[in-house]
Amino acid sequence: MPEILVLAEHDRGTLDGATLEALTFARTLGSDIAVLVCGDFDLAAQLGEYGATKVYVAEHDLLDSDFGPEAWGQTLAALIEDSQPDIVIACGTSKGNEVMAQAAARLDVPFVANCLQVEADAEEMTRVQWGGSLLERSTLDAEVKLISLSHHSIDALAADAGSPEVETFEPELAESLSRTVVVGREMAEAGVTLATAPVVVGGGRATGGPDGFAPLEELAALLGGRVGCSRAVTNNGWRPHSDQVGQTGTRIAPELYIASGISGAIQHWVGAMASKNILAINTDPDANMVVKADYAVIGDMHEIIPAVVEEVKRRRG
Amino acid sequence: MRVLVCVKRVPAPGARISITADEQSVDTTHLGFAMSPHEECAVEEAVQMVERHGGDATVLTLGPAEAEEQLRYSASLGVNNAVLLRTDGTAWDPQRTARAIAGAVETLEAADGPFDLILFGNESADSGGFQVGVRVANKLDRPMVNAIKGIVPDFDSGLVTAKRDIDGGFEVYAMAMPAVLGVKEGLNLPRYPTMRGRLASKKIDVTVIEAEADAGGQAKIRLLSPPEQESNTVRLGEGVAAAPAIVDLFEELGVL
Ligand SMILES: Cc1cc2nc3c(=O)[nH]c(=O)nc-3n(C[C@H](O)[C@H](O)[C@H](O)COP(=O)(O)OP(=O)(O)OC[C@H]3O[C@@H](n4cnc5c(N)ncnc54)[C@H](O)[C@@H]3O)c2cc1C
Ligand SMILES: Nc1ncnc2c1ncn2[C@@H]1O[C@H](COP(=O)(O)O)[C@@H](O)[C@H]1O
Repeated sequence: MPEILVLAEHDRGTLDGATLEALTFARTLGSDIAVLVCGDFDLAAQLGEYGATKVYVAEHDLLDSDFGPEAWGQTLAALIEDSQPDIVIACGTSKGNEVMAQAAARLDVPFVANCLQVEADAEEMTRVQWGGSLLERSTLDAEVKLISLSHHSIDALAADAGSPEVETFEPELAESLSRTVVVGREMAEAGVTLATAPVVVGGGRATGGPDGFAPLEELAALLGGRVGCSRAVTNNGWRPHSDQVGQTGTRIAPELYIASGISGAIQHWVGAMASKNILAINTDPDANMVVKADYAVIGDMHEIIPAVVEEVKRRRG
Repeated sequence: MRVLVCVKRVPAPGARISITADEQSVDTTHLGFAMSPHEECAVEEAVQMVERHGGDATVLTLGPAEAEEQLRYSASLGVNNAVLLRTDGTAWDPQRTARAIAGAVETLEAADGPFDLILFGNESADSGGFQVGVRVANKLDRPMVNAIKGIVPDFDSGLVTAKRDIDGGFEVYAMAMPAVLGVKEGLNLPRYPTMRGRLASKKIDVTVIEAEADAGGQAKIRLLSPPEQESNTVRLGEGVAAAPAIVDLFEELGVL
């Protein structure tokens, strides 16, 4: 059985749920599962519930204040050299992939991002390309195998928990690595975000401009949802990029996605496909969005959306 | 200031991505080529920084001779210099790519001085390895942060302030230049080329360097399409007459 090391992702001591996906995945590969926690934070109980048998708490001034991709990457590289695991796993979040890339660069070993499935002690795997539109089978030839799990590809499941052994790890980190430690935060006001909205009302090029979104805004407000859009829209400066759904925008998973005047290019589709239900409104019955959607209405969105708004208001009295 | 941007030539697929018969690559018979939207923003940012602070912007790509198209496109937007690290067009693994790019950066800097900033995309559009920029930064021993959506260089302090996109806001980093950043779409709104830009881009010299580097430990076996989600699209009707059926659906799904 391979020895596995998992990277815990946390924000100043609050564990990210993505780590539990990585642990769940790790349990399919082996039972000897150590976890690295960067910074003096007590996460052992939570990690144990999901199958960690050992927790390394890395202690260093640079790790106690805040996240730093280089300090975390160097810590992970040092622990890999020290504990010699066979496989190292992170969840393929923005930070998970970055810390793994930092560790891999420092050890000059390969790193395979966003795997869906691995075989033969991670000598072969299926990974995601094109943000999920395409898959790649690849081989990995390395002493220690660094991989990340494609985020949201599995559900985190608790294990028959034991309490993990906790060990302190004191990495040597150059003071210069403080250069990439977070120095501040700018947080937006909390509210329904595109990623968490129960309904997303999306508009594409056919909205024709910023004003074309007014009826979509009204419908979204009536349904407690958010407006989304395609890249054709953000590229024209009609909506901010934070509204863009897709490979290089936000991945959404609402109960209902209403895609109006959007053709359904593959890069848009990969950001929308996790929606529970998709309703396409399009003049073209052969548009990819119409063909792939659960529900479709053929016609002019400029007429249909206002009519839907009126109908919702009428029923609500 | 001096800025370098690294971009990758990729096919620009539409509704679906077809794979060649040998399962080694995307079938580009009917496709144009582009770069990742993240990289388009990196190019725009470099041009804007040079407009604001003076100096020059360089674009570099590792790829086949045809990748000159992406270099000239960048030049049409205002990039001053172009470098092609030429390969035979086969896909290079991330370690190999990073080795070649880091080597080329050293050569370019030995000739003309260091780049204050080197910009990468957060991830490439096709292979999405999430690592080439990190590896290059590491070889050059420079600070690097990914997922950046705001960049402000300050030449009095020598620090660049960078904002990283996180759930619900931004993390702020302050790094001494020279530094390396991986950027995401949304950083800015890329301009379109002007006629004058297009004409000027035809005249710039592309520096060609034969790319050379040892292969890394990851190798592609083949590409495959993900399983198609079955869809039996239910037609709710046509035009405004479908409005009641749409609202019925809202009720059924409990979103009203
Ligand atoms: C690497 C890469 C990454 C990308 N990432 C993203 C991404 O994250 N998100 C994204 O969206 N795109 C992305 N794209 C761009 C993508 O390929 C498409 O260009 C884009 O999604 C098209 O937007 P659209 O559907 O609004 O426009 P179009 O493709 O122009 O579609 C407009 C649609 O509106 C319909 N229509 C016209 N008039 C009406 C009307 N009156 N009523 C109803 N329907 C009407 C038309 O039939 C058509 O289907 C990416 C591209 C690349 C190369
Ligand atoms: N062949 C290439 N030529 C130039 N830059 C590249 C190349 N491959 C990757 N990059 C850069 O590295 C970033 C990350 O790529 P990747 O590690 O493949 O996700 C990309 O967004 C590009 O900026």
